[in-house]
Order: sequence, then structure tokens, then C-alpha cells
Amino acid sequence: MIAFSVCCSAAQPLPSDRGPFLPPVETTPAIRKTTLNAVHRKLGAKMVDFNGWEMPVEYSGIIAEHTAVRTAVGIFDVSHMGDIRVAGEQALAAIQHISMNDASRLAIGQAQYSAMLYPQGTFVDDIIVHRLGEQEYLIVINAGTREKDFQWVRDNTRQFDCVVENLSDEFTQVAIQGPRGVDVLQKLTDADLSAVKFYWVTRATVCGLKNILIARTGYTGEDGFEIYIPSDEETSARVWGEVLDAGREFGILPCGLGARNTLRLESKLPLYGHEISDTINVWEAGLDRFCKMEKPEFVGRQALEQTKAASLKRTLVGLVMVERGIARDGYRILNSSNQHIGYVTSGSYAPFLKKNIALAYVPLEHSAVGTEVLVEIRNQGVKAQVVSTPFYKRPKKA
Amino acid sequence: MAYPEDFKYTKEHEWLKPDGGNATIGITTYAQESLGDIVFVDLPKPGAEISAGKTFGSVESVKAVSDLYAPASGTVTEVNPDLSTHPEKINSDAHGAWMLKIKLKDSGELNALLSAADYEKFVSEEGGH
Repeated sequence: MIAFSVCCSAAQPLPSDRGPFLPPVETTPAIRKTTLNAVHRKLGAKMVDFNGWEMPVEYSGIIAEHTAVRTAVGIFDVSHMGDIRVAGEQALAAIQHISMNDASRLAIGQAQYSAMLYPQGTFVDDIIVHRLGEQEYLIVINAGTREKDFQWVRDNTRQFDCVVENLSDEFTQVAIQGPRGVDVLQKLTDADLSAVKFYWVTRATVCGLKNILIARTGYTGEDGFEIYIPSDEETSARVWGEVLDAGREFGILPCGLGARNTLRLESKLPLYGHEISDTINVWEAGLDRFCKMEKPEFVGRQALEQTKAASLKRTLVGLVMVERGIARDGYRILNSSNQHIGYVTSGSYAPFLKKNIALAYVPLEHSAVGTEVLVEIRNQGVKAQVVSTPFYKRPKKA
Repeated sequence: MAYPEDFKYTKEHEWLKPDGGNATIGITTYAQESLGDIVFVDLPKPGAEISAGKTFGSVESVKAVSDLYAPASGTVTEVNPDLSTHPEKINSDAHGAWMLKIKLKDSGELNALLSAADYEKFVSEEGGH
């Protein structure tokens, strides 16, 4: 037994059977490690290969970790994420050219979710654009697309007067996520975190380290912060330890990629290679509200204008399993006559909702909330229903 | 971890407890630890035939789907009713949370299974990857 189809690994649909206890994924080229690797091992984490990175998938268990983030606080090593700095006279123009959201709306210290697109309107990657200064931006990108993204940014901004730097190896990026995240980080910084709104950034002293970038962002559907600290092993380990100590009174747990995946799935946050990819366009993915067609120009805009006019063929929907079974990444969606009509992009047991949920691409005529479809699980059609998304939305603060 | 001496084991991490012409089947502590939080078990119904080395069902944790392989051939006589609603019992007590009871077709098949000591040696080597 134990076919290790890890939740959040590959860009391809996952094989349903990899044989008994095979190491999760072949590793070519040499696997990369974050500066916190030894710390994770010491904490007893199960390590897996995630897009060429050896990362913790879980420490105490995905359900416990997921629950900690929804109800208290969790800490994640997200140093595998990449960081690109764009600065100079025409930095804004360069960002506007490669990003589908409107960076001209950003005040200094503000961040926005966006994506970089190919000319055909499909995804290079989804990104967060932070405006750090008058003419300085930081783009945070995914681990699996780091090199591709950097080249894309460099190649597509050559005509602008700006500097493009790959800072990915400069930072250890730690995410402190959950309703008590603010209380934990406030113990360790001189910044007034109550003044930092969601999707804003500041610089302050953290754990005695001066001028640390603090962003109120995350990938869990909860309030939380991501901090960018120097990437030497000693500093990284010290800060990680201090966050854990500061969080103890709130029930903090170190959390791995397993919980990160179930948390983002409950909140319907897309994952590259699953809900978005180089063959899926913005309209299909339902990310319209982050795509500013009123901008006169950006890479992908023209194709999007044309596809919008043509009718959409498929769309991303949320599913809840009605019958017993768990939809998994790559499983097929069938109609009532057992015809193949779509596929699951991400599927799992949802630890907080305690339901089996999935995201899937289906034809428009099967996308209305309440529609019943079948998920093909081990050659059997198992009933599921289209539901409104996100599956989980964090409660508004009183 | 302790593997009961009166159980037999497979390299696919199932255990089988022989009882005359009958046997009880489950998955090992090592298997549940590797899987993590178990949230779903798919098992055959009483009366179903299972054959040694062939898939008889599946077990799913939050992050992984795994086939279950029959340690021996036989007819299912009983299925653990607790596991459909409380699959997490496998995490808390893998060697107690049995999946199936079967009537063995050929008890000679059991000679091909591993002893507790051999299985423990096998997983310590596999775990070292």
C-alpha cells in the first residue's frame, strides 16, 4: 500500500499509484534546501520533495496544524518562494506591462495579488506585487516557477529603465498565520501591527534584527504575516525559535505544506500547476477581479479581450462530495451518462469544514451552484455537488 | 515500535492475524505513521473474495491515497463497522483497528508472509531512505 500521492507537489495530474512506499518524487536536479532544513528535521517533520525543494509536509499532523491556523496560529517556512526586486525610473511602467492587476493604485507600503500572463492570456505565475518605495517593487513568486519567472520578468522589462534583481536566495521567508498571528509577532517587533492593514507592508525591528520587511499577507485564508529575514542558518533558526516561543501561549504549531495546501484549498486560493497554468486563462480561473482590462496594455491583454468575446468553454467550480469518497487532483469529472466532462484540479478532505471538497474545471452548463456531477474515483462515479466558493471564509472581526 | 509476534506481515505494510482457518487483516503502525491523519477507508463487503497480493480496498490520509493489498486469499466474513465513521482509529491503534476478517482459502499462503522480526528489520531499512 501507501501510494504517496502528495497533495501539493507536482504540476501534472498525480498518478494514483506509485507503488509501495516509493520516495515521493524523483529528484533531478539536486534537491534544494531552505536554511531552516535542519530545524525542521529536529522538530521531526516529514520531509518531501516539492518542486525540487525538500520541504516539511507535516510535523504533528495535517489536521492539528490546519486547525491551529484556523483557530489560533501556525508558523510556516516559505523560503522556497522567490522574490524579484524591480526598481528605477520606469519600475512602475515595467510592472504594469507584466502584471495584470493595476500597480498604479498601490501606495508605498501596499501590496496586491496579481498574475503574470503569456501573450495568449494564460498564466506564467500568480504573484504578489509589493510597493516598497517611490520607484521600488518586490514581486513574490512561486517556488516551482522561480527561474522561469525571473527570466520572464527580465526578458519582458528590458525596454524599461529599471533594475531587475533576483533576491530569492537573500531571504528566509517565514509565515505566521492565524487569528493570533498578530499577537505573536507583536511580542517580537517594535512595529505597531494594528496599523498594518491586510495586504500592507512595513519595515521594523524583528527579533532584534533591524529593517525587516513585514507583510500582512499569506496563503491560508486567515489573517497573518510573512516576514523576510536574512537567509543565514543561524539567524533563521533563531527567529524561527523565537516565534515558536512567543506563540506557545497561543497554541502555535509549526505547519508544513500539507496544511498549507488544505488551508488554501478551503479558501479557494489557486495553486500554480493546478487551478492556474500555462494552458488555463484568467477568465476560466475566475480571477477577473484581479485583471484590470481598463489598463491600456499588459502582456496577455489582447488575447483576453478576444477570449472574453468568444464564449467561455469551461470554468473553475467548487465541489462537495455527496457520496462517500475523496476527489483527488487529476480525477475525472463525469456527467450523469458517465461522459468525461472535466477534471479535478485540487481535492482533499477539508480539516476545518470536515467535508470532502474539490476544485474542478467543468463546462459552463455544469457550473451552476447545486448542479450534481460525478467524480470518477477508482473507476466508479461518485456523486458531488457544485457549491458556492470559497468553501471557507474567515469571520470578520467584531 | 512493537509489532505483535503472533501477527504476520507484508512488505506492503498490512498485518494478518491467523486464527485457525480464519484471519484478521489491518495495516501496520509504520503504515499509519507514513500516511498521517487517516480520513477515509474503502473496504469490500462481507461475502467478497480477496486474493493474495491483489488490491482489496484503499485507505486515504489527508494527503495520500493508498491501495490495500491482501496478505492472503479468502472470503470476507466481517468488516470493521467503526472505520467508515472513525477511520482515525487506525492512527491511534493500527494493530487493534482491524479492517477485515476473512475465511482463509489456503493457509499455506501464510508461509510467504514476514514474521514480526523480519518486518521490523524491513521497515527500519526502508525508513532509512
